[in-house]
Amino acid sequence: MNENAVRHDNPPRVALFVTCLVDLFRPSVGFAAIKLLEEAGCAVSVPTAQTCCGQPTYNSGDRADTRAIAEQVIAAFEDFDHVVAPSGSCAAMLKKHYPELFAGDPAWEDRVAAFSGKVHELVSFLTDVRGMTAVAAAVSGTATYHDSCSGLRELGVKRQPRLLLESVEGLELAELKDAEVCCGFGGTFCVKYPDISNAIVTKKARNVGMSGADMLLAGDLGCLMNMDGKLKREGIAVEVRHVAEVLAGMTDTPPIGGRL
Amino acid sequence: MQITSQTFKANSVKALADVDLQRALGNVERGFIDKRQKAVDALPEFDALRDNAVAIKNHTLKHLDLYIEAYVAKVQASGGIVHFAEDADHANQIFLDIARRRKAKTVTKGKTMISEEIGLNAFLEKNGIVPIETDLGEYIIQLRGEHPSHIIAPAVHVNRDQVEADFRRVHVDLDPMRSLVEPEMLLGEARQILRQKYGEADIGVTGANFLIAETGSSVIVTNEGNGDLTQLLGKCHVVLASIEKLVPTLEDMAQILRVLARSATGQDMSVYTTLSTGPKRPEDPDGPEEYHVILLDNGRSNMLGTEFEDMLRCIRCGACMNHCPVYHAVGGHSYGWVYPGPMGAVLTPSLIGVEKAGHLPNASTFCGRCESVCPMRIPLPKMMRHWREKEFESHLQPTTQRAGLGVWAFFARHPKLYRAAVSIAMPLLKRAGGSKRRFTSLPLAGGWTKWRDLPAPEGKTFMQQYAARTNGAGR
Ligand code: SF4
Repeated sequence: MNENAVRHDNPPRVALFVTCLVDLFRPSVGFAAIKLLEEAGCAVSVPTAQTCCGQPTYNSGDRADTRAIAEQVIAAFEDFDHVVAPSGSCAAMLKKHYPELFAGDPAWEDRVAAFSGKVHELVSFLTDVRGMTAVAAAVSGTATYHDSCSGLRELGVKRQPRLLLESVEGLELAELKDAEVCCGFGGTFCVKYPDISNAIVTKKARNVGMSGADMLLAGDLGCLMNMDGKLKREGIAVEVRHVAEVLAGMTDTPPIGGRL
Repeated sequence: MQITSQTFKANSVKALADVDLQRALGNVERGFIDKRQKAVDALPEFDALRDNAVAIKNHTLKHLDLYIEAYVAKVQASGGIVHFAEDADHANQIFLDIARRRKAKTVTKGKTMISEEIGLNAFLEKNGIVPIETDLGEYIIQLRGEHPSHIIAPAVHVNRDQVEADFRRVHVDLDPMRSLVEPEMLLGEARQILRQKYGEADIGVTGANFLIAETGSSVIVTNEGNGDLTQLLGKCHVVLASIEKLVPTLEDMAQILRVLARSATGQDMSVYTTLSTGPKRPEDPDGPEEYHVILLDNGRSNMLGTEFEDMLRCIRCGACMNHCPVYHAVGGHSYGWVYPGPMGAVLTPSLIGVEKAGHLPNASTFCGRCESVCPMRIPLPKMMRHWREKEFESHLQPTTQRAGLGVWAFFARHPKLYRAAVSIAMPLLKRAGGSKRRFTSLPLAGGWTKWRDLPAPEGKTFMQQYAARTNGAGR
């Protein structure tokens, strides 16, 4: 048990926003998130009326459907003390873009503001809200970390994952060149402009290969799947995992995309 | 200039295969980013300066009519003339009238984006007038018969070997044995050629980084000094500028200047900041006899008061494109018009219509780096999204894309149906992925698997597994 975890008699009630990609493609990230949140002294719930944060429709210009999805998310999550997502991109959608979506609507503005105020990206919630400075995990190897765009630029997630990763027993950290440059995923961008997306992720894969790490971590499954897909296609033998899996010490499962 | 924004996708595929271009783009990425970062790090108050610059421009845009009025009065008082141009054709016609009256044969030009926007060079040539670009980058692309691919480094897509070849091809009077290995030698040669042209020119054309309401001055910011010679040595100086270049006072200009060069080239200040106020006065030893300003709207006033008004704060520093992964990959020409990169993705549809430029606001990963470096804090991704909304509302997107989105939205809005559907689909998809746990090709996902594998799902969804673990007591 991690002695840094803050303990309360009344643990805060945290609702996990699983994210559609984690739900569909990588459930282990959801379980790693639950483990970490419980270690941080939270009572975790998983509301069942959740599907997706609405980014695909929002970024495609479909505001009406996005609003309908957002209303559903807010209704399912607003009664908790905190809403936590293992994704900077989905957390930013809930936290930063929902208020934009409802701007100028007096019936919703206050309600959305209250909801958005409770939303956090998983790793920054552990450090910034729960005061964690270390985790209890042990994972051997060398990891490099990619800063996914939304978490980094919309939510300021940068030092938090590094802080916790440094505390993982047996784990070395290798800096990734251009860690802050986009991986080329961009939601629907990667399928609408596959050639441009490929040019961007090719640079990223090369930098990952040059980092000397045997493991690539990030906080967003979309970026991870994109980078993994390129590393595999190029035959670069680097295991790809969500940062939560490593922080929770849950690395006995096969990595994303399997082993090379 | 011909618009090819509609074929952005094809343009970009061609650009990705262009070895010379790709080599040149590597330099954009390395050079500009580091230099900007150093300049910003050296100035702790940089963010405060940005806020100030934003406030100045916002204020100006709110009262643009008043500042234009004040500006025009000041220009007139200093002996100059302001012409209002509704659109490109109108601006060209005004210019031609001035040129015809002065019987102009050649026109020297300091860098002006607006002349690209209105297609002035082609128009002049058609009317028997020779335009001569005097900015080194502009001169190079003029020799090559191309257009700028960057707003502050117009020839950034051209490499040194190509420039050398162009110079040897065109400057046939010069010693064929001369060395042109160093960039300075290229600059020296261009300078030598251009020097003669300034004095011969009947008209000197410049753009304007700012127009100052308080004094009626136009301001250009350059590094080569060519702008000064252009406006000083021609007998008539014509300023081509768009309406959003207005700032209220000299002090306001000085404030915005502090973020401009730092964001663009990482310099504290550009080498030359030149103010022109009216024609030569009787006591001046030199200067133009006539001073004109062609003030171009071309769709900008329609942006005022809309969700695109913020875009009018743009000071054309180029930082957004210098930091854009898409620009780095495909270069400026792929964007198909004068304004490339993220600022072009917002501005181009505003000026030429979203039907003609609809690709541009879609061709962004929304990584947000452009907004994070924009000195004027223009929310570029947000405004690209607004364009996507306009496209969605007017059914401009491909029908298959729209249909796919509709299905997704339907399931996303019905959690029970969604759960049922994905609970069946994911285990099937896992089995299809096989022991490799990934796909190398997948029908309907060709856009993804063309260039990368797709990781297979783990099988049961998180919700299924969680429900099983908690015995259905999810909540
Ligand atoms: S949008 Fe911003 S970063 Fe881009 S050119 Fe304009 S001012 Fe510069």
